[in-house]
Amino acid sequence: MVKKAASKTTKEPTAKKSLDTDRFGPSTITDEVVLEVKNLQTNFTTKWGTVKACDGISYSVRRGETLGIVGESGSGKSVTALSIMRLIQSPPGDIVGGEVILNGRDILQISESQMTSVRGGEISMILQDPMQALNPVFDINDQVGEAIGIHQKVKGKTRWEKVVDALRKVRIPAAETRAKDYPHQLSGGMRQRVVGAIGISSNPDVIIADEPTTSLDVTIQAAYLRLLKQIQSETGAAIIFITHDFGIVAKMCDRVAVMYAGRIVEMADVREIFNNPLHEYTKALIGSVPKLEEKTGRLPQIEGQPPLLYDLPPGDSFAPRSPLKYDEKDALIRPELIEAKPNHFVQLSRCSVKDFDKYKDKVSYG
Amino acid sequence: MTTEEKVDYSHIPPAIGCSNDGEPIIQVRNIRKWYQVNKALPFIGRIDWLKAVDDVSFDVTPGKTIGLVGESGCGKTTTAKMVLGLEEPSTDGEVPIGQIYFQGEDVKTLSSAGRKEMRRSVQAVFQDPWSSLNPRMRVSTIIAEPLEINTTMTKKERDTRAGDLLGEVGLNPYQGNLYPHEFSGGQRQRIGIARALALNPKLIVLDEPVSALDVSIRAQIMNLLVDLQEEHNLAYILIAHNLATVRYMCHATAVMYLGVVQEYGDTEAIFANPTHLYTNALISAALPSHPDIVRDEIVLPGEVVSPVNPPAGDVFMSRTPLEVRKNHKYTKERPPLKEIGKDHYVVETPWSTVTGHDLSEFHLSVDQEM
Repeated sequence: MVKKAASKTTKEPTAKKSLDTDRFGPSTITDEVVLEVKNLQTNFTTKWGTVKACDGISYSVRRGETLGIVGESGSGKSVTALSIMRLIQSPPGDIVGGEVILNGRDILQISESQMTSVRGGEISMILQDPMQALNPVFDINDQVGEAIGIHQKVKGKTRWEKVVDALRKVRIPAAETRAKDYPHQLSGGMRQRVVGAIGISSNPDVIIADEPTTSLDVTIQAAYLRLLKQIQSETGAAIIFITHDFGIVAKMCDRVAVMYAGRIVEMADVREIFNNPLHEYTKALIGSVPKLEEKTGRLPQIEGQPPLLYDLPPGDSFAPRSPLKYDEKDALIRPELIEAKPNHFVQLSRCSVKDFDKYKDKVSYG
Repeated sequence: MTTEEKVDYSHIPPAIGCSNDGEPIIQVRNIRKWYQVNKALPFIGRIDWLKAVDDVSFDVTPGKTIGLVGESGCGKTTTAKMVLGLEEPSTDGEVPIGQIYFQGEDVKTLSSAGRKEMRRSVQAVFQDPWSSLNPRMRVSTIIAEPLEINTTMTKKERDTRAGDLLGEVGLNPYQGNLYPHEFSGGQRQRIGIARALALNPKLIVLDEPVSALDVSIRAQIMNLLVDLQEEHNLAYILIAHNLATVRYMCHATAVMYLGVVQEYGDTEAIFANPTHLYTNALISAALPSHPDIVRDEIVLPGEVVSPVNPPAGDVFMSRTPLEVRKNHKYTKERPPLKEIGKDHYVVETPWSTVTGHDLSEFHLSVDQEM
């Protein structure tokens, strides 16, 4: 099964620090693991059969760290996040196995009422579409205040002050007047900030950001990403950033997990992923993005379509799209996630890892 | 008019950065699109104008792509809609302000045959492949619909053509019998491209053709578009907000802000030497392609101004971090594009270009910026 993700990574502190100081101030990573996901499995029952949307996912995040989860639509990245929040609707969804250990206890085992205080309290989520995440008939004060009221048990003037405070934290100008506005009176960037304010209002330990900037313009996106980093350095929260854009990963994340068809295919530090990707899928994802910095020739492209989760190829699900030559029988072997190099995990398969032979002694099969 | 005839371009007004070399298909000259927001009461009150596009000129030549870049609300889509004929350029009473020329002829005065040819020659591919295909029609019918309207082909000929087109965009001809919901996003965008190709167009307007697609599929679609361009000598107008996509696909680029082109010219000239502050701000905000690339972000103060009654002079003036000197000559009139290098034009005012300024003075911290 999947090996436990290391909780301590070796970094070159000097090089990293100088770079991060340029970007967002000094690195905030500590050694304390806040959230650990172990072998999480979520299935959906559909008319085509059981879909393993999240098939044995394991990762951990440390306080102050940003973990990027990258993958195409349907790769299971959002389902993993919703499973952690226990927001999977049942039926059709079911968390069938695994543990989610938040601050030392398994939140899959606690009662629903306990979960209500954890959700939005210790762990919160910033959703993708700010127009859908906000209710158009309530003003900003009501919506930010609702979260504050539930988690901090405050009312009246104290609550109002905390709302204004939360809005100030996400740097909404004229927070007192803005708090009385309705969502339609705000611009897209401001709305996304309000959603962010709801997310951070109770000082969560873990923030799950599910593509919060896809609907924003580049300049607004840049400001929002900077804001998230700023909040992280103030509160020390761990951020799980779900995205399909390697540009955001390059800008925001300390560590990256690449997902494909419900499983993690590669996980490593951000620079390691960009400099020495091992899995063909990771290589292709990074390579197929046009670069702003230089005029690129023809883009390398990944052939084929993302697989349908109810009709996955047996064994290595990436094999049909892999550019490598391989034996049909190798594609039938279900690959394991192994630690190929220190803190660099890869789903080792002869079909999708070029240097398979270099690492094959780390696997239990031939 | 047939394509063999030599097109006469002599009567087309000159515009900066545009030339008749390369025999442009579409020439846009000083077009405006102003929407009236309210009705003026007699004697009192004033008319408010939303100036979506204000004085835009460019040429579209065969085999080349021009990119329109800018934030939402900068008028790039409105410009493309006018080229497609979905919106008409504003008029001043009866007189149109600005013209669009199709193969040397003003589209306003085109004969009905000429208009038909223009409709055939200018096609579009839209952003969202989920809403741009009719879910109740089979794919082959969707692709053959333009043929049914514009040609005298028989049903059988149309089906054959639809099959050929599907093959051309990398799908299987038998997939014409399926419905749109049976395809993934990338495949649907291919269907949209096949439909646009059906009438052998000369120009395709691409409105954010890849931004709704998965990253791994984007490269496929962009490569397909580039291949088709080479094969058919197509011209493209690409609307995008992702600058990396623009650099990859476009030969010429126009950076727009509040309905006005701020920087225009050869894509490589612009990226090699971005001169307008707004262009620099967009580039600095773009996502890096490697974690070691750290761009110093130029943050412009404020947000995009409302396009209702924009300032009379330089629309960019309110966003500049530089001090604006009072009573400058561009406070009342619109500053023109100026040539600053080979195929490189920019709105040059003391406050809008980075030339001669230390860029680090524009780098603002998070708190200052909000």
